[in-house]
Amino acid sequence: MCPINKKNNRMKPLKIVVLAKQVPDTRNVGPDAMKPDGTVNRAILPTIFNPDDLHALEFALQIKDKIEGTQVIVLTMGPKRAADIVREGYYRGADYGLMVSDRRFGGADTLATSYTLAMTIKKIGDVDMVLAGVQAIDGDTAQTGPQTAEKINFPQVTYVEEIIGLGNNEITVKRRLDKGIEIVKAPIPVLMTVNGTFDKCRSRNAKKLLKYKYARTNTELAREEDYIKEMVEQRPYLHIPEWNVEDIEAELSKIGLAGSPTKVNKVESIVMKASEAKVLSDSQEDIDLMVGELISSHVIG
Amino acid sequence: MDGNVFVFCETDNGKVVDISLELLSSGKKLAGKLNCQLEAIVLGNNISDIEKQISKYGVDTIHIADDSRLDPYLTLTYSKIISSVLDKHQPQIVLFGASSIGRDLAPRVASTLQCGLTADCTRLEIGDHLEKKTKVLYKDLLLAIRPAFGGSIMATIVNWDMPPQMATVREGVMKKEVFDENYKSDIVNIDISDLIKDEDFVIEVLERHMEESKVNLKEAPIIVAGGYGVGSKENFDLLYELADMLGADVGGSRAAVDAGFLENERQIGQTGVTVRPKLYIACGISGAIQHTAGMDESAMIVSINKDENAPINKIADYVIVGDLNEVIPKIIKSFHKQAQ
Ligand SMILES: Cc1cc2nc3c(=O)[nH]c(=O)nc-3n(C[C@H](O)[C@H](O)[C@H](O)COP(=O)(O)OP(=O)(O)OC[C@H]3O[C@@H](n4cnc5c(N)ncnc54)[C@H](O)[C@@H]3O)c2cc1C
Ligand SMILES: Cc1cc2nc3c(=O)[nH]c(=O)nc-3n(C[C@H](O)[C@H](O)[C@H](O)COP(=O)(O)OP(=O)(O)OC[C@H]3O[C@@H](n4cnc5c(N)ncnc54)[C@H](O)[C@@H]3O)c2cc1C
Repeated sequence: MCPINKKNNRMKPLKIVVLAKQVPDTRNVGPDAMKPDGTVNRAILPTIFNPDDLHALEFALQIKDKIEGTQVIVLTMGPKRAADIVREGYYRGADYGLMVSDRRFGGADTLATSYTLAMTIKKIGDVDMVLAGVQAIDGDTAQTGPQTAEKINFPQVTYVEEIIGLGNNEITVKRRLDKGIEIVKAPIPVLMTVNGTFDKCRSRNAKKLLKYKYARTNTELAREEDYIKEMVEQRPYLHIPEWNVEDIEAELSKIGLAGSPTKVNKVESIVMKASEAKVLSDSQEDIDLMVGELISSHVIG
Repeated sequence: MDGNVFVFCETDNGKVVDISLELLSSGKKLAGKLNCQLEAIVLGNNISDIEKQISKYGVDTIHIADDSRLDPYLTLTYSKIISSVLDKHQPQIVLFGASSIGRDLAPRVASTLQCGLTADCTRLEIGDHLEKKTKVLYKDLLLAIRPAFGGSIMATIVNWDMPPQMATVREGVMKKEVFDENYKSDIVNIDISDLIKDEDFVIEVLERHMEESKVNLKEAPIIVAGGYGVGSKENFDLLYELADMLGADVGGSRAAVDAGFLENERQIGQTGVTVRPKLYIACGISGAIQHTAGMDESAMIVSINKDENAPINKIADYVIVGDLNEVIPKIIKSFHKQAQ
């Protein structure tokens, strides 16, 4: 085992899959993002690379920096616009990108999502390491990582915030827990979920941005101008594969709505309760009034 | 549906942790409504006195595996044993704490059993669900209620067709209540000899530093909370002074924690603790949804803010518009004057 910052040429190159989800940016949901019926107006929220997944990508790239020949593959399941995630992965240093996209995957809960991702990972074949974010900021469940690990029969290490050491067929990492930390040594193959406290993802690389700007899926290409179609035809690396149910040999009963035991019965937006607040100034008189009321109602004193 | 309510009890140094006790209390209520029994699963090493700790919460049966190999917690050993117990007893509801361990374990178990799992719930109820497409009415389901979308919505999740109904539940949102001091539980020893194998120990825990949290905001009757608007660590002294006077604890927003004004364990909100004191004094807190998610059930809320339109003012009972550096000393002065 040696520290992560030293390059080691004798280690076996790894094939790493990074699971990345496209999510609406829920971090600054204002009142305008809610529809009158109380549901979230996804249309006005920009879609982004799930924040934890960027840390997972950085984790993979750090291993690639260290073990020559390591391949980093970004895998995303989502509608056609999720190809943005694959391109973003390329800009930051991924070697390959792959989309699983099919209307029949729609409505999946974490059980069906993890099944779909697991079938894809099996189809990719010979994967040494799978990296996911801890949690996606829309569904907020943190369940997809561990459930995918179970289905591909990999051990799992969750909440990883630092790589401590990397050896042949083993990796040592630090985990961030509710009340403290844990350092664990895991064998490879393994699935890890990466915490938001892991190193920030490196920025886009200008050369890669130019190189992959026109990377497209077939679905996207169909609506592009001819010169882009030609460009992608001449440069196969610009072609983003798009796998469907048949490509990953998924059972229909285990995907999408049919494969999802959890169903949403009701959604309510959090509306702040109507205000009958007493608004006071910062004068001593006003404050005396409030303190007096709090004392006489036995809230304080 | 038949089957009982099961609760996974997490232990720390042989002691069942708070969230598990909260779940036993909440599981007991669900079992009461469903007219079924409450069962607990406890795994660990040297945990023979578990009965003394948990029977009183109304546990009818305790499934125990007491073995040196079960400390520390490992995902693979725990998930195998628990999946096997659940598979054998076919419960209708299974609850886990939404702790680091529960959120590592429960999804692995749910995947093994191919059942649904609702994450990080803040409320559990029993109710009916009418399936709109088939017009079938499912009675007495677990309604698992949870925040999603970064706290801006509450979703009620049901699972009627792939049992058991499993959920992880956030710490501090359910009350722990002793059911009967003299309650007697049946004890079932889980035979793990055929269950766990060498390959379940491939992950090796090399080191673990646990920091017992000394702060207990959940139990505090009064909380003085500070936000980014407090401005500095030093300025928090003013909040501590007010808190000392009122017999209160000090908490704060994530922005205050991130800025280094306050320790991590004092963070209130979606990714911190959930509190419901009788009085919450918010000083220089804007009231982002992720913060209010952890305090909006406080019985009374006072907001001190320079900005009359800060969102927190909408849920406050008293709003003092002004600079907290001037307002807090005036409150202290006023209290000394008026209290006897
Ligand atoms: C309001 C609401 C509540 C929900 N509640 C539940 C629930 O309680 N239980 C449940 O089972 N499902 C629930 N779902 C469904 C769930 O959001 C979806 O199944 C989703 O596909 C994955 O879950 P997540 O967003 O929670 O991701 P998480 O499990 O939090 O994601 C963890 C990691 O898994 C990887 N990942 C997740 N999805 C993808 C993807 N599509 N492509 C590539 N990588 C991915 C990423 O690395 C991500 O960081 C809910 C959905 C909504 C809208
Ligand atoms: C996934 C996620 C989870 C999160 N979880 C949490 C969580 O658990 N808890 C949490 O708190 N946040 C959480 N946040 C962050 C949250 O969105 C807000 O950023 C945070 O709560 C803001 O903290 P604040 O109100 O202290 O700071 P600000 O929003 O910066 O507000 C400061 C306030 O102080 C007032 N002010 C300034 N100076 C003075 C003065 N001298 N006197 C009086 N008033 C003054 C200002 O008017 C303003 O209203 C989370 C965010 C995300 C995305």
